[in-house]
Amino acid sequence: MRKFLLATLTTLIAVSALYAQKVKGSDTVLPLSQQEAESFTKANKSANVTVTGGGSGVGISALLEGTTDIAQSSRKIKFEEKQKLQEKGDKVVEKIIAYDALAVIVHPSNPVSKLTREQMEDIFTGKTTNWKDVGGPDMKIIPYSRETSSGTYEFFKEHVLKNKNYVNGIMSMPATGAIVQSISQTKGAIGYIGLAYLDKKIKAVQVSFDEGKTYTAPSVKSAMDETYPIVRPLIYYYTEKSEATVKPFVDYVLSAAGQKIVRDIGFIPISK
Amino acid sequence: MRRFIEKTIENILRLSGLATTIIILLMVVFLFKEGFGLFKNPVVERGHVLCVNASNKIEYLNSKEIKLIFDGKIENWNKLGGEDVAIELFRFNEIFSRYSEEEFGEDYKKLPEKLGEVISSSPGMIAFIPKQYMPSTQQVKALAEEKIGGADFFGGTEWIPTSVPSPQFGVLPLVLGTLLVSLVAILIALPLGLGVAIYISELASYGTRKILKPAVELLAGIPSVVYGFFGLVVLVPLVQKALNLPVGETAFTGSLVLAIMALPTIITVAEDAMRSTPSAMREASLALGATHWQTIYKVIIPYASSGISAAVILGIGRAVGETMAVLMVTGNAAVIPTSLFAPIRTIPAAIAAELGEAPVGGAHYQALFMLGCILFMITLVMSIASELISKRQPGKGV
Repeated sequence: MRKFLLATLTTLIAVSALYAQKVKGSDTVLPLSQQEAESFTKANKSANVTVTGGGSGVGISALLEGTTDIAQSSRKIKFEEKQKLQEKGDKVVEKIIAYDALAVIVHPSNPVSKLTREQMEDIFTGKTTNWKDVGGPDMKIIPYSRETSSGTYEFFKEHVLKNKNYVNGIMSMPATGAIVQSISQTKGAIGYIGLAYLDKKIKAVQVSFDEGKTYTAPSVKSAMDETYPIVRPLIYYYTEKSEATVKPFVDYVLSAAGQKIVRDIGFIPISK
Repeated sequence: MRRFIEKTIENILRLSGLATTIIILLMVVFLFKEGFGLFKNPVVERGHVLCVNASNKIEYLNSKEIKLIFDGKIENWNKLGGEDVAIELFRFNEIFSRYSEEEFGEDYKKLPEKLGEVISSSPGMIAFIPKQYMPSTQQVKALAEEKIGGADFFGGTEWIPTSVPSPQFGVLPLVLGTLLVSLVAILIALPLGLGVAIYISELASYGTRKILKPAVELLAGIPSVVYGFFGLVVLVPLVQKALNLPVGETAFTGSLVLAIMALPTIITVAEDAMRSTPSAMREASLALGATHWQTIYKVIIPYASSGISAAVILGIGRAVGETMAVLMVTGNAAVIPTSLFAPIRTIPAAIAAELGEAPVGGAHYQALFMLGCILFMITLVMSIASELISKRQPGKGV
């Protein structure tokens, strides 16, 4: 009897291990991966996908150590990280699963509704400190940022601040929800959040990356036709060796059903 | 047989005492070992090197200068004692936009050579590249590698741990922020807490006490995230409007939340101490003609003073180490506090917010452990001090 139990248990573990996949990494991608995993396992009863967060960097280092099958990331893999995997004799496969647009937001009562990249750089690096310098009322600018651990923080720094450091003493909030809450309460505030978090309590500004020639408001549409400039890819990384195991799930995410979930959550689907 | 069982129980108790002590000691050792590893790190991100053109006279840059250069705040070498040449920044990833993948050859063998070409082509260039791709040509030289020093850490005024290429680990803003918030919190909570404790223990009727005491204890059971959320949604706008401030996330808001959180601890411990005053003393005082109030502050409070100071220590302990609530309401801006009504960042908030993404074993990770060491020292000093104070209390052991 005991032997029989043991045998069933081992087979069960073996079977579930065959289909078990681990997805780890970015907290931005986390809700998307969870939804995808849920509906994927609903469609394939034998499959088992575990999704955990921790941050893009955590996911990629887990992939290098072989403790996850897929690393979800809101930033591109770094050259050094790629090299590390190559030293181990494996290659990384990159699959963009969706896009995320970052909206720059202010308090709804703020009359400023247009900013250029240069103006935003000056605001977030502390050069401009009053709204009147960018066409607003005489009011102190209070920039809000995400915590240093977030991929959003890194992306905004690279893309908008051109790798310069944020102003010393920027308000940093632990979560996007907290940024929305704070900005809706603070008249002089400015911050950045994912498109999916936009609501009526705050106002998104139009941005220009060509020194003020054209301004674009953030929306799913403008992000899809590439007129909105602050867009980043959300990426799944896995190794060539484990491609066979993860393929069904990745294919599902890229399928029409998977991309519908992308849209429902508020990200931008890859298919045009 | 019974003797044997008793002996065994005794030994188990002894062993568990020993084990706990050893575990605590080991934890402290681990904390300090990880923390002091920070000072073995170079000021430039580990595994990377800063290269300049060989014609450049500069041999060494400190962490602050590197940051200012890469932030575009220092734009000419003559400000650093070099020649009058404009500084040109080069980050490693830019190499991939200057050359195509094929030009690097197999396994990026030609990468150092190409980097050498770029750096030697411009006399004012400073390049931040991985050590393994350091060009071997004579026209490029690497800047001397400095280690992070104690002065940079303990005396530094900027906390930007993710600054590339040279992270800034100045703890002064964090330490001062933590002390300020905790101190103000205790200043708010102590009079309130003692007042409530005296009321519950001496003045309240039996029925009121029966309702009030559990209600206060219930406060202690609320998770700190809930306090933080309450603070963010209710207190932050309230403070902002009431004091007409540009931002509501301030040190003062943090102190308010912490004061509310420390109240149950202070009230419960102080009240227990007061109630443990023997009724003989109380009655003796009243019998001598003292009024109720005179009895309270001449007899009961002195008698309970050691308990009250314990309440204060526990309250401070709660305030200094509190993480989540403070993280949500203080704005987390790492600046040296100049006013109570400006945002600050505390040590526990910094550890909680940053440990998740700090690469294990890296400089940032070790810097966070070092912060843990500082926090540990603060609480240690506080408990020793209060121990000494309560020993000197003349009223103790009346």
